[in-house]
Amino acid sequence: MMDHESNPPDTEAPCQSSGVTRRTVMKVGAMSATMVPLGVMVPWKASAQPLDDKRQPAPGLAAGNVVEISPRINGTRRTLRVDARTSLLDLLRERLDLVGAKKGCDHGQCGACTVHVNGRRVASCLTLAAKVDGAEVLTIEGISDGQALHPMQQAFIDHDALQCGYCTPGQIMAAIACIEEGHASNAATIREYMSGNICRCGAYNGIVAAVEQIARSVREG
Amino acid sequence: MRTLTKRVFNTSRATAETTAETDQSQEAAMSEPLLALRIESESTGTGEAFGRLEGDEPVARDTVTPRPARENSRHAQAHESAIKHVTGRARYIDDLPAPHGALHAMVGLSDVAHGRITRLDLGAVMEMPGVIDVITAQHIPGHRDIGPVFPGDPMLADEEVSYVGQPLFAIAATSYLEARRAVKAAVVEIAPLPPRFDPVAAADAGEFVRPTHVQMSGDWQQALEHAPHVLEAEQFVGGQEHFYLEGQACLVVPGEDEGVTVYTSNQHPSETQKLVAEVLDIPFHAVTVENRRMGGGFGGKETQAAPWACMAALLARRTGRAIRLRLPRAEDTRATGKRHPFHNRYRLGFDDEGVILGGDMTLIGDCGHSPDLSEAVVDRAMFHADNAYSLGAARVTGHRARTHMASNTAFRGFGGPQGMMIVEQAMDDIARHVGEDPLTVRKRNLYRIGRDTTHYGQHVDQYPLMVEIIERLERSSDYWQRRDEIRAFNRQSAVIKRGLALTPVKFGISFTAKHLNQAGALLHVYTDGSVMINHGGTEMGQGLHTKVCQVVARELGIDFESVRISATRTDKVPNTSPTAASSGADLNGMAARDAATQIRQRLLDFAAEHYQFDREGLHLENGKLVSDIGAVTPAVSWGELIQAAYLGRVSLSATGFYSTPLIHYDRDSGQGRPFYYFAYGASVSEVRVDTLSGEYRVERVDILHDVGDSLNPAIDLGQVEGGFIQGMGWLTSEELKWNDDGRLLTDGPATYKIPTFGDLPPIFNVELLEGHPNSQASLYRSKAVGEPPFMLGISVWSALRDALSSLTGYRVSPPLDTPATPERVLMAAEALRAGPANVGASR
Repeated sequence: MMDHESNPPDTEAPCQSSGVTRRTVMKVGAMSATMVPLGVMVPWKASAQPLDDKRQPAPGLAAGNVVEISPRINGTRRTLRVDARTSLLDLLRERLDLVGAKKGCDHGQCGACTVHVNGRRVASCLTLAAKVDGAEVLTIEGISDGQALHPMQQAFIDHDALQCGYCTPGQIMAAIACIEEGHASNAATIREYMSGNICRCGAYNGIVAAVEQIARSVREG
Repeated sequence: MRTLTKRVFNTSRATAETTAETDQSQEAAMSEPLLALRIESESTGTGEAFGRLEGDEPVARDTVTPRPARENSRHAQAHESAIKHVTGRARYIDDLPAPHGALHAMVGLSDVAHGRITRLDLGAVMEMPGVIDVITAQHIPGHRDIGPVFPGDPMLADEEVSYVGQPLFAIAATSYLEARRAVKAAVVEIAPLPPRFDPVAAADAGEFVRPTHVQMSGDWQQALEHAPHVLEAEQFVGGQEHFYLEGQACLVVPGEDEGVTVYTSNQHPSETQKLVAEVLDIPFHAVTVENRRMGGGFGGKETQAAPWACMAALLARRTGRAIRLRLPRAEDTRATGKRHPFHNRYRLGFDDEGVILGGDMTLIGDCGHSPDLSEAVVDRAMFHADNAYSLGAARVTGHRARTHMASNTAFRGFGGPQGMMIVEQAMDDIARHVGEDPLTVRKRNLYRIGRDTTHYGQHVDQYPLMVEIIERLERSSDYWQRRDEIRAFNRQSAVIKRGLALTPVKFGISFTAKHLNQAGALLHVYTDGSVMINHGGTEMGQGLHTKVCQVVARELGIDFESVRISATRTDKVPNTSPTAASSGADLNGMAARDAATQIRQRLLDFAAEHYQFDREGLHLENGKLVSDIGAVTPAVSWGELIQAAYLGRVSLSATGFYSTPLIHYDRDSGQGRPFYYFAYGASVSEVRVDTLSGEYRVERVDILHDVGDSLNPAIDLGQVEGGFIQGMGWLTSEELKWNDDGRLLTDGPATYKIPTFGDLPPIFNVELLEGHPNSQASLYRSKAVGEPPFMLGISVWSALRDALSSLTGYRVSPPLDTPATPERVLMAAEALRAGPANVGASR
């Protein structure tokens, strides 16, 4: 899933590793526009080779809007060309097939898209992909060690901290951060600092219990 | 002492526990002799209380005698997809990889609530980058009206538009962004007509989507004339947005024939199959609809997931390419219907003790522009206008008002909660009038001997359970001690007022549309012994698939892990009912049980002959063939048995079927037995209100809820907790606001406030009532749990009224429309402070 070969060639440009610094966004963008095929400018899932001759380049997506970024995603360095306006969530879901983070509201208000950037939890739908250049991005797919679940994942199962499961990846990423931030000393604090993540099924009791259990085990070493 | 399955949660102790399971059925028999006797007498008395009407089929026979609790079904089995959920590997519709060349669809919506389309020019849309196809009503080869039960829902508006957000056209483009941009290039001109947004005015004008229905018991007019006291009041009960976290989404792939395969987030695959086929004008067998799971449904995907599948299917057939359709959140919220807002009125007569003698109730459901499911929704509101109380000689009238809004639809409780609200208001009002505590008046009005039949003629089975639940909850929550403390506190505190309320729930289980009470299942055993079960129900987080797998594992005596569900597919189990009315496990679990029972019988018959065992006493347990009489030697494992059965040419596949017995309802007379049984529960809520700002907190909640013999206590507890929270949200923070043009302003989580972690009561004690199996022959004597707990949230609203009432020394019962936002609470408090003359309604 993570290797370059599996990405459609026309939605992921070949890695260009030399000579471009992370700060030359505009310059890279201009260069990319002249170098890469059309499809690159439309980095959405269905932008595979146009099947219809009528298709024309979208004017707004042409020159100047493509940036190259090199985040480390779940421990693997990726070099990607993205439309400068692409959200991190769309990058993860539409380009990298990391669909664990969900698009709940697309307005940064529900928390279903929560991932970690440099150890901090962010709403990936409100984070520009261009901003994670050089950053460490951690998603739900990257927290377990092979087959072994992360303790928080196991705690969610043990405490029935989920129903439909749609908010769960975001809840778990927020919960891990909540503990790392030191905001899990008691149930009231957990409730306060988890409030950015909505669970419409109302599995809050179980989630708080799961976070409390892991926080306790972290405290007790 | 019976053991209780409970989860205790509070800040001080912060424990979460599930007590160990015990052999409930035996214990129940010992501790509840009266109830047990009652069950026995019913089973032998009428001969129709259990099982199917014929009474001689395997399913019916097996349910009469409760089986020993050795099976793994009673385990608090984790959700079957739990590991996939926590690892992000569970796939929802928009996570599915699309076939090569898939297009993105987007829908153009009306900006006008009511009007005639004078121009719909999509030439510019077609010229937009990436656009491949555009459809309007004119392009539909088959049915243009996709009303699920009654006509009235055009797939795409033709001449008239009826609400803001109504689909006008749909497009397909090569990317999601291009599709969104292209929609905006449409030139739409609509000549406005006068819109109607007020359901009461609509009802007065006779503007209904369906005819008015009336239920009557006895001479209600005489009861009112002779009653020592009469009160009347009205209330507005707000709607509710489903806010399923996974929005409406589908992926449609054209097939090699004339058909399509539809992957959809959908509670009713069979209906979507029908509607897609009718829109495309092709046979039903050309359309396959599949759903593996939903990211929440709550009723919002019962009928209203179908239109998007229909549009995507038409685009897929026209372009020959797969179509993805995912509504942006704001458009999803505007385009789809919600819980029906209701205007309710009562005029009730009662005696000096506050016991209702009879009266009149009117319920006006705001249905939006079309019937959708409103006939049944308002019916269910009427069926629950009594909640747990005898109304005496009463008339209940239900109107279905037509307004220029999105067509309101199913939402957990399906009208039941809105109906209950009026009688719960009456209970509070009557209590203030006779100077009693509301709990006292509620208890006096409960169904009891001599008052045990509803206003629609159904005998209330198991009504003593309601009394027991309330009395136990009174004790476990220290209701009366806290009542005294709160009264004392309120006398001292001028601004902060505390409120307390205990409200019961009695909820009828069955679809009120009788034909929907059927289910099918398909069970395969493969030669390695692994089992595949498919059934007609859909999984939306309620744990249905988990429960059905448990049923099959229990019937076949094998591990839960040996049983798997692939997805709900119309080509596996046909002609299914929606997963709704809390009936998913009741119906589909029974169908799966029927299939598993057939396989078991076949295997045991085969084993007796093949291994020369005595057929009698032979059964399957713990993955082995065992016998009650003598040892099975040599031992035969499940896997060996299956291998041998295959070689012996025994069919290892079966279809199962179930239809709920006994239920009937005559709409002409308004009388019948629409419900197979009732589920019960009660909750106590305590609130603390700042009467100068209207802000409040829910401080403590205690719940005791009846699920019969639980199929899965862990899942059921989650349903009770989640249902309560969702019900509380409906009545407190979830406010829908439209502007004067009928445009929904609260179309996202920034403005529409659903409960979050911070709204969780700091003390939240939830218990399942144990030791009371269902008196009817339901699945292992369990009870449905999806909807009933939702109405436990009513205690929060009643507690707010209690706190407000303290401003008048508990003499005045303040009207409090819902949602009872801080704004409404403040206005109610100010009206009370200004004097009773300003309070209106219930005096």
